[in-house]
Amino acid sequence: MDTVTFPGRYESLARISDFVAKAASQAGLDHNSIYAVQLAVDEACCNIIDHAYGGEDIGDVKCTVDVREGEITVILQDRGQPFNPEQVPLPNLNTPLHKVKSRGAGLYLIRKMMDKVQYESKPGSGNVLTMQKRRS
Amino acid sequence: MEVTTAQHKRCDVVTAAGRVDSYTSPDLEKALNAITDGGRYKIVFDMSEVDFMSSKGWWVLIETQKKCKRYKRGELILVNVKEEIRASLDLVGMGSYFTIINDLTQAVGSF
Repeated sequence: MDTVTFPGRYESLARISDFVAKAASQAGLDHNSIYAVQLAVDEACCNIIDHAYGGEDIGDVKCTVDVREGEITVILQDRGQPFNPEQVPLPNLNTPLHKVKSRGAGLYLIRKMMDKVQYESKPGSGNVLTMQKRRS
Repeated sequence: MEVTTAQHKRCDVVTAAGRVDSYTSPDLEKALNAITDGGRYKIVFDMSEVDFMSSKGWWVLIETQKKCKRYKRGELILVNVKEEIRASLDLVGMGSYFTIINDLTQAVGSF
């Protein structure tokens, strides 16, 4: 297990992406699966900054990677507002262009990109998002 | 991320390199808005060197596409989109909003 704490700002996204890509590569994931992990983690970190903290530089994002042969687990922890993923509506996938409105596709993408996604919010200790990706 | 723009006779070509995420997408947005604010709605976005694009980046492209499509023959065409980026775009049903061409000359010539 390896943990790095990053400042909760958009500038951290590239470093977080490099950190998880390196771990996913060590786990033996292929190119497309590594990209899937990077995208899911990026979307999750943006959700933390935008929604849990409500802006940049409010709090940190703690990122832990657990590398096993053919499998990576990424754990993101923050101390922002809790949220219930079940209450996030699914994006409408067949909207005509002129009607489509900027809306969060992040959570939907995270679920599609990763094999296992688990969210926990504990009073006093913040939010914990655990995501797992196996070699395809 | 670096963004460059070039005005051609029939269209504008925008080129970016690296990551398009929440940190860098405002630069792309600024470059695309400068073109549409100037009344030009035929744009080619060369993504050959873009190796990562989050949903924030896609929204910038979608908003630009909406502006372009309001005008006759206006369009934002994407060129050389990497397979993994395209797969994630299709996954959320956004791929259908764009014509994707694998050759820059062909894309410029399509206007």
